[in-house]
Amino acid sequence: MIELKNLTKVFQAGEKEVKALDSINLSVPEGSIYGVIGSSGAGKSTLIRCVNLLERPSSGGVVVDGQDLTRLSEKGLRQARRNIGMIFQHFNLLSSRTVYQNIALPLELAGATQQEIETAVAPLLELTGLKDKRDSYPSQLSGGQKQRVAIARALASKPKVLLCDEATSALDPQTTRSILALLKDINRELKITVLIITHEMDVVKTICDRVAILSHGQLIEENDVESFFLNPQTDLAREFVRSAIHEKPVAEVESRFQSEPVKGSRPVVRITFVGQRVVEPLITQAAKQFGTDFVILQADIETVHSKSMGFLMVEIMGNEKDVEASMNFLKENVQVEVVGYVS
Amino acid sequence: MSVDSWLLLVKALWETVYMTAVSGGLSFLLGIPLGVLLYITKPGRIKENAVLNSVLGAVVNATRSVPFIILLVAIIPLTRLLVGTSIGTTAAIVPLTLAAIPFVARIAEGAINEVPSGLVEAAQSMGATPLQIVSRVLLPEARPGLINGMTITLVTLVSYSAMAGAIGGGGLGDLGIRYGYQRFDGVIMLATVVILIVLVQLIQSIGDRLQNYYDRTR
Repeated sequence: MIELKNLTKVFQAGEKEVKALDSINLSVPEGSIYGVIGSSGAGKSTLIRCVNLLERPSSGGVVVDGQDLTRLSEKGLRQARRNIGMIFQHFNLLSSRTVYQNIALPLELAGATQQEIETAVAPLLELTGLKDKRDSYPSQLSGGQKQRVAIARALASKPKVLLCDEATSALDPQTTRSILALLKDINRELKITVLIITHEMDVVKTICDRVAILSHGQLIEENDVESFFLNPQTDLAREFVRSAIHEKPVAEVESRFQSEPVKGSRPVVRITFVGQRVVEPLITQAAKQFGTDFVILQADIETVHSKSMGFLMVEIMGNEKDVEASMNFLKENVQVEVVGYVS
Repeated sequence: MSVDSWLLLVKALWETVYMTAVSGGLSFLLGIPLGVLLYITKPGRIKENAVLNSVLGAVVNATRSVPFIILLVAIIPLTRLLVGTSIGTTAAIVPLTLAAIPFVARIAEGAINEVPSGLVEAAQSMGATPLQIVSRVLLPEARPGLINGMTITLVTLVSYSAMAGAIGGGGLGDLGIRYGYQRFDGVIMLATVVILIVLVQLIQSIGDRLQNYYDRTR
């Protein structure tokens, strides 16, 4: 549905040229929710602004719904943009307009009649749960309500694509969840393709089908979300996954932690498991079968792409042979990775 | 005070109100579009045009730097061309308007500047034309600031109109000078000042009320 081809954007900063985006190739399948994650300054906002040409790329193509936007006239581009809704971190609602009037704006711009506007806006108020806020002004709304208005406004012109530029970054965790749930509903019920730019792994974890990592203007990794969590390929990806599972060193162990084994040291392993494995008693089985002990340093079960995914950090104690056997047993069933040793 | 003095005051008040209202109205009509043009032609804005922007900017600055009393007499040929005479209350409206237009333009530009640029982007993402962005987003969102600017302009015009006496424009300021200063009539002088104070207070409080009414950000 969205196809970025060799997209490059160079900004002129005085004498210097800054490459904000470097030959980005990205394809968002129709009907999916696609996340692009990256640290601040990675070029995320530039990327999403290139998709509706708020930012004109220096070179490369932007194909949305089969149409290369970079080749359109001003008028053609305006027409195409009505097919692409967009929401923003700071909502960008008009303070002089009520909720109803804000949602009506894209329809007014397209020349709809009052009757058409009324017919289109009413179900959107319903969908976003804003019926009783119809005549309120944005200053009377909470952040979450404002973003709901912005979502309703973006949907008013019945777009096929919804772009979300850090749409939950200014919201608290609870509100973020409700907005993400709303986006998921919209994706499912209205069959709208969603492209999300974020720096929060929670967003990717909760609603995205696929994810790409942007770093210094380049896409360094791209995968479906489940594989991404199970097998992050780059250091940055691993870092993002660890932040999502809240992995951090345990203070009592950290001082004894080392990356290479020494005599008498015990391995610390990260165990990752998904789906049915989450509810199987693998650790106790290994302990019983091989007579090893497990010290749980960290344990977390997260819902990733509506599947349970478990992340466990354990120190395995026992004689060398038994420890080896325990690890082999676990490797047959789940993903095991030695991250270091403690002595 | 005699009946004659009262009549003088009423006539002068009417002249001041007439000059202020007409030149105010005309300067809003012409100055606000000029302010919009100054805003949208700046580099990076929706109708970027560096040449037009700097030419307009220079003309506005030049007009604003001419002292009003000089402008008043310097443009007499233009005044005669537009209203057929260079003397009288109606003739004074031409220089008053001309002086107020760039003033209004800068104030309008400043008010529009206060509109968050994200709103323009949001409108662009909806497929708005530049004209729609101006009429549906920039002007409505800048309305409280524009009203504040208009209030300032009207108050300034009341005080500028005092100089209109130089070309026979009449008004309260002129009355104060002729009777109060030149004929040592302290009562008339005091009366004109009091009326001017009341007039300015009235303009300001109406402006404040309107601004509050339209300001939805609070």
